[in-house]
Amino acid sequence: MTIAVAAVRTKNLFEAAMLFGIFSLVSASFFVVLDAVDVAMTEAAVGAGVSTILMLSTLAVTGFKVRPRPVQRDILGIGVSVLLGGALVYGTLDMPRIGDPTAPVQTHPIAEHYIDVSPTETGIPNMVTPLLASYRGYDTFGETAVVFTAGIGVLALIGRRRRRDGTPVESCEGTDAMGDRHRVLRVVGKQVIPAILLYACYIQAHGDFGPGGGFQAGVVFASGLMLYMLLVGIDEAERVIKPKVLERLIALGLLLYGGTGLLNIIQGGAFLDYRTMAHDAVHGLHYGILAVELGVGITVTAVITTIIFTFAGHMRSRQKALPGEANAAADGGAS
Amino acid sequence: MIAEHAIILAVVLPLLAAPLCILLGRGFLSWIAASASVWTSFGLALHLLNRVLHEGTIRYALGGWEAPVGIEYRLDAAGALVMTVVTAIASIVLPYSYTSVRREIDEHKHHWFYACLLLCFSGLLGITVAGDAFNIFVFLEISSLSTYVLVSMGRDRRALTAAFKYLIIGTVGATFYLLGVGFMYQMTGTLNIEDLSQRLLAMSGDGVTPVYETTTIRAALSFLTVGISLKVALFPLHVWLPNVYAYAPSVVSAFLSATATKVAILIFLRVFYTIDGKAIPFEALPLAQTLVPFAVAGAVVASFIAVYQRDVKRLLAYSSIAQVGYMICGIGLATAAGLESGLLHLFNHALMKGTLFLAIGCVVYRVGQTRLELLRGVGREMPFTAASIVIGGASLIGVPLTAGFVSKWALLTAVLAEGRWVIAVLVIVSSLIAVVYVAQILHVMLIRKRPVGSERLREAPLWMVVPTFLLALSNLWYGVVDGRAADAARAAAAALIEEVAR
Repeated sequence: MTIAVAAVRTKNLFEAAMLFGIFSLVSASFFVVLDAVDVAMTEAAVGAGVSTILMLSTLAVTGFKVRPRPVQRDILGIGVSVLLGGALVYGTLDMPRIGDPTAPVQTHPIAEHYIDVSPTETGIPNMVTPLLASYRGYDTFGETAVVFTAGIGVLALIGRRRRRDGTPVESCEGTDAMGDRHRVLRVVGKQVIPAILLYACYIQAHGDFGPGGGFQAGVVFASGLMLYMLLVGIDEAERVIKPKVLERLIALGLLLYGGTGLLNIIQGGAFLDYRTMAHDAVHGLHYGILAVELGVGITVTAVITTIIFTFAGHMRSRQKALPGEANAAADGGAS
Repeated sequence: MIAEHAIILAVVLPLLAAPLCILLGRGFLSWIAASASVWTSFGLALHLLNRVLHEGTIRYALGGWEAPVGIEYRLDAAGALVMTVVTAIASIVLPYSYTSVRREIDEHKHHWFYACLLLCFSGLLGITVAGDAFNIFVFLEISSLSTYVLVSMGRDRRALTAAFKYLIIGTVGATFYLLGVGFMYQMTGTLNIEDLSQRLLAMSGDGVTPVYETTTIRAALSFLTVGISLKVALFPLHVWLPNVYAYAPSVVSAFLSATATKVAILIFLRVFYTIDGKAIPFEALPLAQTLVPFAVAGAVVASFIAVYQRDVKRLLAYSSIAQVGYMICGIGLATAAGLESGLLHLFNHALMKGTLFLAIGCVVYRVGQTRLELLRGVGREMPFTAASIVIGGASLIGVPLTAGFVSKWALLTAVLAEGRWVIAVLVIVSSLIAVVYVAQILHVMLIRKRPVGSERLREAPLWMVVPTFLLALSNLWYGVVDGRAADAARAAAAALIEEVAR
């Protein structure tokens, strides 16, 4: 709360971006306290990691200072905000307390089904996984489509950087210079990245049993790639991870998810009824969940990486235009 | 097997055709994939509409999990009607889009464009068949996000600011919807809309007040109302709409104007009839008293603003806000006749606005401009386009023998049956203003002469003129010959009212 207020009050956008990162990290710990480990993982990776980098790279293009503006008092805006706050408080008046065992959310038969029946019905110890990937698997399919839409939206609007002959060489020099100045960072970072990627794969595969799954694995994997990009520079990173391949992967993940559903129909079940996928319903569920989680993981990784690369690519083109200012910005971002 | 799964295939096939477009990577191939999936959906939608009208509500348990444990698809007559509108418009827009998109959007972006169009299409369809409040939100997000992208692909740079404004306002709308659904979940423990409607009747924790009378549900309803009204572009929450329609590519303007707000109106019906109707009948809500005045005020004010627009697409956009006012007015009456007129107008408005925006797209193809003064005499040299505009415009005013007349007449009858004279007069006033702005377009395009020395225009390419003209003729077809749309609207209204009574 204090951090949020500080983030709004500060005039320096760089500080604000860092404060947002800290805010996300604190929220992530808060989610752990509330026993929502899966959400916490995503929040830590996306909120504290990826979005901070995105904000910083935007700032590198726009500059850090807020232009002082005469303070206007927007009566209508204040009125609407107060009204909104009032409505929210009014809404909570009759709400059951947090953790109240008699609350409708707890007493509804579906809660019982999810808690008591699901472990035997699906054979999956982590209660969140069957809920996410099977009972409400179609929502997750929709969410994957949302992520997909975001990815292609960025690509369609900003697009890949168009290379002209000769430019890559020039920009590589720039990266080397930066790498020299941050040799320690670079060496340490290269040690960490494999661990991050491996951890992502673990979360991906282990989603059935512990907290984790496609979304979490995707963001962790993407933050690993992002770290790589920060260390070696966007040009080198794009040589290793081709943007064209990422584009295809975005599409492939969603197709894998939907294709699983269509396969279920062909096998005589409903859309996303994985129980048709093996002779034994529980086995089928496992196969299905693994397949769709992999689809989610692929799309999420590819989308986040694409977004970061696209933004970074544009920042790089701007840097070439304004070398001094932007380099200073990049230093600020790296330190 | 197809019949059994038609309801899911209609939504999922176009949704999966979107990533396919990315993999194909070429404009032409993506267009083929898009057309094939959209036409398939249209066929399935017709089949579903037929079945719903004969057999009643269709259900489908996704993942094989029965609701409320799993997510359910649930298609009633109102949903089937809107679904048919969306798929029909998309099937007409797609053949048209190939030529138009080549003119208006850069070559290397074509496959992105078709992918986004498919996402938007399947997002809207997903809402029409959803039987789960959260699933509606997910598909609302798919359609909204892709709409922002589609709009910002417009030629005009102002398309970017229009899309950004819509993004902010649309996100607020979606967030409000989510807050409302979250509050409802808190109090009932379920997201399935039928289960919700049952559980609102139960007793709340204190054992005295029923759930639907708790402050939480009241707050939930107000959040839902505001959130959906933003999406519907109900006056005065319409500010995002004019620029979005004005600066989006022609195809997108035509598709959105004919479908997007209609689907939002369906969400309205879902919340206030299907979910909430049993606990608090619509007429008992203070909403019924506030909604109709806003709707009618919107119809008059927006028509009035339309008269002063210098850009044809903006003019039509303001007219859309007015027309949404008619629909909400019909629905807000909370009678079977009112609902029927609202739903029928929803169908007919898709026909007329679709026609007009497609025809303007033909003009843009040749002239590259939408400012009224630059369109002088254009209609004289593009006869079929001009004919489409005349028919669409007549239908918009509500001239007898057009589709617009049928639904406006139904609305007036419904309003008068309730004895609300003031509303009836205002509806007529706003129709008269519509005469003024339609006459303005026709005057400029048909009666005034082309500027001296301007080169002779040809009619737009066949691929564009034929779909436009067919859609224009459908305005006459449904105005004179075919009463099936009205029958479907009547059945849909009856089903919604019956749900409340049960």
